[in-house]
Amino acid sequence: MPLRKKWCMMWGIAAGVVLLWAGQGRAIDRSDAPETVTIGLLAELYDPVEFNHTAHIEMVECSDCHHHTVGTVTKRWNCIKCHDNPQEGDTVGCSDCHPLDRFGSRYLATLDNPELYHKEKPGLKGAFHLNCVGCHQEQGGPTGCEDCHTMNETGEKRFNAGPYTPAR
Amino acid sequence: MLSLKTAKAAGDFDHYPDSMGVLVDVNRCVGCRSCEAACNKEQGLPEPEKPFNDYSVFDEGHEGGGHGGVGRRTDETRYTVVNKYEVPEIDHPLYRKSQCNHCLEPACLTSCFVNAYTKTPEGAVIYNPDVCVGCRTCMIACPFYVPAFKYSSAFSPRVMKCIFCYDTRLKEGRPPACVEACPQEAMTFGKRFDLLEIGRKRIRQHPDKYVNHIYGEKEAGGTAWMYLSPVEFGEVGFDVHVPHEPVINFVRDFLSIVPMVLVIWPALFAGFHLLANRKDAQHNHDDIDREGGE
Repeated sequence: MPLRKKWCMMWGIAAGVVLLWAGQGRAIDRSDAPETVTIGLLAELYDPVEFNHTAHIEMVECSDCHHHTVGTVTKRWNCIKCHDNPQEGDTVGCSDCHPLDRFGSRYLATLDNPELYHKEKPGLKGAFHLNCVGCHQEQGGPTGCEDCHTMNETGEKRFNAGPYTPAR
Repeated sequence: MLSLKTAKAAGDFDHYPDSMGVLVDVNRCVGCRSCEAACNKEQGLPEPEKPFNDYSVFDEGHEGGGHGGVGRRTDETRYTVVNKYEVPEIDHPLYRKSQCNHCLEPACLTSCFVNAYTKTPEGAVIYNPDVCVGCRTCMIACPFYVPAFKYSSAFSPRVMKCIFCYDTRLKEGRPPACVEACPQEAMTFGKRFDLLEIGRKRIRQHPDKYVNHIYGEKEAGGTAWMYLSPVEFGEVGFDVHVPHEPVINFVRDFLSIVPMVLVIWPALFAGFHLLANRKDAQHNHDDIDREGGE
């Protein structure tokens, strides 16, 4: 399915662009926030997710997801120790801080820096899911994989699902 | 004297300092089985009985099912399985992934008399089917019951177990397929030394979320795959009676005799035999000489 793969790639790139754009905002105000963010991180196995940003900012504080980068004080006690007087960050996009290839040798090598405190910072995929699923569990939001992600054909092959379900 | 010296050196073996490992956080796993699916495809394992997004598998093996109520086990068709555990103190189920723990001093390797197993400097315990004779001692030796035998090909013996994706990934510095597939980053891949630090930090920062123990730090002499859990490890299917000493410490004395027995005894007894029969042989020879002389 080379065409499908190409589409997935394009979606992935589109998502990257949207995330980058989300990171460009300077004066950070709720009204400046994007309405939706297309996340194509798992485009290899699932269709991209149209994240309804507007709906979510009605429900939670900016800092619940964006930590200290939007200029509000975070509630996490461990972060406040250093980020007690947060300034708006240059970027607020998730992918600006959370690495795509969290366990690649290049990123792992940067962890050898003895002055680095954030050694445990999750990768982009981990950051999304830990934050989203964690909150959805607490708030009663959807938590099933396919509640948010629609599996594509590559995904069905990977999971032996849909038309690739074992015949038994 | 020499044997004493080597024995000491083996005990002092400081492992491979930069070897890699994985820290599995039972708190984070949501039981999506993405790791199982990724492993199946990466290792070219047979088609599963049920799709990997079928969560009814979590009911297999528990409550009157097979496997003595311990959940599913790794076998010749799957190098990793996720099991579900209901614990009274937490209001949601917990999930725990299991696979080969890649011991620092592997019991399978110790027990194998044809050296089919190798602990690589990267941290993987790999297996060479070309030399395996199918004795299955490794299956008995493993404190975690991980190696499985491919009974369908008993004439070309093949033990099936997780190899840390050594040939396809680890060798090149990439994480195993399961780690890459995990959406929750329930598995942290890194140098084992750093993982211990990360594990201790998580316990220290969230004492309410973790029991104060890293399973695998000491168990079986230390393993490359280690675990953090919110409840006592016995409650989520871990064997908490695995000794902290590596298995080799219990068998070293015996095993050091084996080569001596195998090499020296045949030569020694063959020598005795030849000496004992020397006179007879000499006699026969003399007889022949005499006959020839006449």
